[in-house]
Amino acid sequence: MPREQLFKEIRSKWVTSEGPSSDVVLTSRIRLARNLRSHPFPHLMSEDQAKDLLSQLKDLVTLGTGRGDIGNLEFMPLSHLEPIDRQVLVEKHLISPDLARSRHPGAAVIMRDDEAVSIMINEEDHLRIQCLYPGLQLEECWKLANKLDDIVESKLDYAFDQNRGYLTACPTNVGTGLRASVMVHLPGLVMTQQIGRVLAAISQVGLVVRGLYGEGTESSGNIFQISNQITLGPSESEIMHNLVAVIKQIVEQERASRQALFKSNRVALEDRVFRSWGLLTNVRLLTSQEAMKLLSDVRLGYDLKLIPNINHRTLNELLVLTQPAMLQRYSQNKLADGERDYRRAELVRQCLQQLEGGK
Amino acid sequence: MVCQECGKRPATVHYTKIVNNQKTEYHMCEQCARDKGELDLSFGFDPGFSIHNLLAGLLDMEVPGGAMQSPSKQTTKCPTCGLSYSEFSRSGRLGCSDCYDAFARQMEPLLRRIQGSTAHTGKVPERTGGVVKLEQDIRKLTEELQSAVDAEEFEKAAALRDRIREIKRELEEGQGGQE
Repeated sequence: MPREQLFKEIRSKWVTSEGPSSDVVLTSRIRLARNLRSHPFPHLMSEDQAKDLLSQLKDLVTLGTGRGDIGNLEFMPLSHLEPIDRQVLVEKHLISPDLARSRHPGAAVIMRDDEAVSIMINEEDHLRIQCLYPGLQLEECWKLANKLDDIVESKLDYAFDQNRGYLTACPTNVGTGLRASVMVHLPGLVMTQQIGRVLAAISQVGLVVRGLYGEGTESSGNIFQISNQITLGPSESEIMHNLVAVIKQIVEQERASRQALFKSNRVALEDRVFRSWGLLTNVRLLTSQEAMKLLSDVRLGYDLKLIPNINHRTLNELLVLTQPAMLQRYSQNKLADGERDYRRAELVRQCLQQLEGGK
Repeated sequence: MVCQECGKRPATVHYTKIVNNQKTEYHMCEQCARDKGELDLSFGFDPGFSIHNLLAGLLDMEVPGGAMQSPSKQTTKCPTCGLSYSEFSRSGRLGCSDCYDAFARQMEPLLRRIQGSTAHTGKVPERTGGVVKLEQDIRKLTEELQSAVDAEEFEKAAALRDRIREIKRELEEGQGGQE
């Protein structure tokens, strides 16, 4: 049953392949908010309306048939999923925490087998088309999202207004309906205590910093998500160029601060990296928060070529595997709190030792 | 000051309780206060504070002097989905795509405040965009034309001018055909 693999395996494109500037940028994401003219927004829908809409949107999975550029899509109503499986989808960045919590009768998701495309149905808007790529490649994400958007629009009537653009349930998304986000790993800026200054500057140019899983979530493991605030006024390419220009500067600053740390404080930096490596490869109990922190140090060590025998793929895998829901599904049973930390430590050890053995 | 409960961590939560005219002062660290159930930072608000709460705040202050000034505003309803303006200003969420027109008067200043602009210049849907798409093309080409003239690239400017004329003709024909 292929669906089972979704919840047990890590096959996300952003995990398994590398993109540009992957020493700092983990992923690029484009999200388009779209609504249909025919139905009220999800929060005002009756159950019958929700079912009616869902039956129309179900057919969107056939969009990919015969088109290699779209790929194989699968439709999944959330009402069929256990809470833990919903959480796995959040941990894989396929759906938002809000959709995972939703009891909306029409809540569903359409996703592609490499998990680079997901369309959330009846979250805050009828449709949220998302594309997630590894590294800094917003332009590629946009091209794919735009193509999907065009195909959907060829079948369904969008709520669009000449002056206000694409109409959304919340006026903060109206216009382009575009949210472009880049997930960055910034241990250098955090360690050199420059991060506050950088984040403050970001907010002055119309960008916001969000947590790991989007709006209202916390950042951890020195990972930050930076995205555009404004959706109405500038065009899609202006929004993306603005974000990319800022990200490129952040990437440069992060690299410079890593080099500065390396030059001025090499011993302390090496100690930190190898201390975390030592912990990850030896401890018997590991919380997800601690795992995030240690993985951040080890990733920095790899990017500075201090630890040669690892790779981004394994580090990305561990980033997802050590999250609570994924860990349990991967282990194929429910784990109590204490067991979870034990299993997590075991899993991390196995993954890292495999690398050392297989070098 | 040290926390009066654990005696270890610094006291960061200070409050005064008055029960039966008996005034008692408490000084605790955050953790002890939370353990004792005294620390409720939400102060009775919905702890799921979100963008919608902020929006609702912005909507409420829309008219200086508040809602009292314009009773009609409170009773405005969207004819399609039935959402009232006061419901919108409470939740920060619109009910359907027609709400944008139903609350147009209040929408403009709100959009200016949260988006900094009220005019969409981005993508226009291919099929339902129709006239809008052509008009947008004209706007973009006119801007290009202006910068070509400024840069004294007259050949380019001439080509752009011709293209604009062509689209305008297309537009007129399209509208003529509709009528």
